[in-house]
Amino acid sequence: MPYLMGGYPDPDASRACCAAAADSGADLIELGVPFSDPLADGPVIHAAAGEALAGGVTPDDVLSVCESVAAQVPVVLMVYANVVLQAGLSAYVQRAAAAGAAGMIVPDLPHDESGELREACDAQDVALVPLVAPNTAGCRLDAIGEDARGFVYAVSLTGTTGERSTLPPELATMVERVRAATTLPVAVGFGISTSEHASAVADLADGVIVGSRVVRAAGEGGSAAVGELVSELARALD
Amino acid sequence: MSSPGPGAARERDFGPYGGRFVPETLVGPLDELEQAWLDARVDPDFNAELSLLLADYAGRPTPLYMAPRLSEVTGGTVYLKREDLLHTGAHKINNAIGQALLAKRMGKGRVIAETGAGQHGVATATACALLGLECLVYMGSEDMRRQRPNVERMQLLGAEVTAVETGARTLKEAVSAAIRDWVASVATTHYVIGSAVGPAPYPALVRDLQRVIGDEAREQIQAAEGRLPDRVIACVGGGSNAIGAFVGFVHDADVGLIGVEAAGDGLDSGRHSAPLTTNACGVLHGALSAVLQDEYGQVLDAHSVSAGLDYPGSGPEHAWLRDEGRVTYEAVTDDDAVAAFRRLARLEGIIPALEPSHALAWLFAHPGEGIDILILSGRGDKDLAEVLSR
Repeated sequence: MPYLMGGYPDPDASRACCAAAADSGADLIELGVPFSDPLADGPVIHAAAGEALAGGVTPDDVLSVCESVAAQVPVVLMVYANVVLQAGLSAYVQRAAAAGAAGMIVPDLPHDESGELREACDAQDVALVPLVAPNTAGCRLDAIGEDARGFVYAVSLTGTTGERSTLPPELATMVERVRAATTLPVAVGFGISTSEHASAVADLADGVIVGSRVVRAAGEGGSAAVGELVSELARALD
Repeated sequence: MSSPGPGAARERDFGPYGGRFVPETLVGPLDELEQAWLDARVDPDFNAELSLLLADYAGRPTPLYMAPRLSEVTGGTVYLKREDLLHTGAHKINNAIGQALLAKRMGKGRVIAETGAGQHGVATATACALLGLECLVYMGSEDMRRQRPNVERMQLLGAEVTAVETGARTLKEAVSAAIRDWVASVATTHYVIGSAVGPAPYPALVRDLQRVIGDEAREQIQAAEGRLPDRVIACVGGGSNAIGAFVGFVHDADVGLIGVEAAGDGLDSGRHSAPLTTNACGVLHGALSAVLQDEYGQVLDAHSVSAGLDYPGSGPEHAWLRDEGRVTYEAVTDDDAVAAFRRLARLEGIIPALEPSHALAWLFAHPGEGIDILILSGRGDKDLAEVLSR
């Protein structure tokens, strides 16, 4: 499950990158909506968002990228809370659904703040996918698992997005804890950047999310580099 | 409206504002911080230690000074609450010492902070030196260039200053960088936020630590005048000195409360720092509040001659006090603030910081015949170059 920044490096190239990822074996594309102050993101995704915004990319441009690839592969939008709030919760979700989005992840909307958006998403059959972290307490994990839609996104580490050289040692225990809290599939993301990582995570979880590494490929080599990287990652998961 | 006494329950929301719009990783630590503060603020030992440091180290209580020549100009009686006389030169030290003590109590030996003009960074570096804590301050590289002496002060005090190179390289990005650090380091690190902003419990925590301004002023004015003031006037960036002052008077319905934002080049210019005055509403740095943003929800860069007001958001409690009609928020341009800066220096022999110069400019434009208290939140040494270059 690759993450790509919507509208990066530019809207056309972004469409091409998504198509390349879909053609190369992505099971799902996580599509980022650029935001000015992305607190959950490390330097690579932050910079990509900044570049997209500097190029004039709007949330609607990202939905148009979503629409272009949604027929091929499910798309989950990764969008910060203020972008959704400014558009209006229901209005944003309706537009996302119309663009074919299967789900939404809002990284700065923790469970306590998410009720209203979940209702809006449920009404449009868009899955509001929750994030859980290694330090999410047990009772909280149960509540999040209960309200989860689509899948549960397990953040592998305490930190922001970005490539790391090794996987956190407590990952297996964490994934087990998350599994106990939900009947839905569990996908793991943050810090996963190599085929070795992906293959190790696939032994534990149902989905593997690779973000910064794929965004870096999009910036450095466009859709060809994205296609090559996603093929390599997909092979590692076979 | 809220001005809880010690021991009151947790406060996460101020009407529709506030909350915790943060990555999941921070939710547990924010719970922990909230509980630690609820415990600490009713702990006699903690309060005794804090009071002693505020008195003997920082210089509290600060005088409430009746400014005769300024009063002559306005036609009323103007008192200045002299936060400019505190150690490190601004009210920021009230919060920094309190949060550094709290960090120590929580067993966190590393402290991070953000700073714009450098006042909060210097205050935090000072508190960390005092308490033997490791200190790292995030500062936009543009601010580091403009505020070189404060960078050197922080380094002298033993803090590490990390340059932030993203966006406009000013305060907004420095806060984001500090939050990102905290997401990764939260087990060992306390984040000392510098204003009454951020995710719960920060807005309430910072207000509690700054309410000493309002509580002192209330006692002092009653001792001096035998009654409460007609108006309390304070500048608002994030709004920590203002909320600390207002909370002492918020239940006194006859006391007018005025928060003065930075209108920069003018509210119509688009180059300002006045989210409250312009009714902006959004999520920034973990809270729903007044936030400058474009039609798509992208947060805009603020502008003000005063680095301490140069921030596109304001504290959630201010947004609520505005909606409730309890506090009036207005904005003053760069030019008027600079003129007021110069005017107070000549009138009273006090060089104010550019931040409270906004409140002074509002007072000059809206003189009152009664008793006014104006919060002089900091001194102006740091602003000399900026003012003299204009």
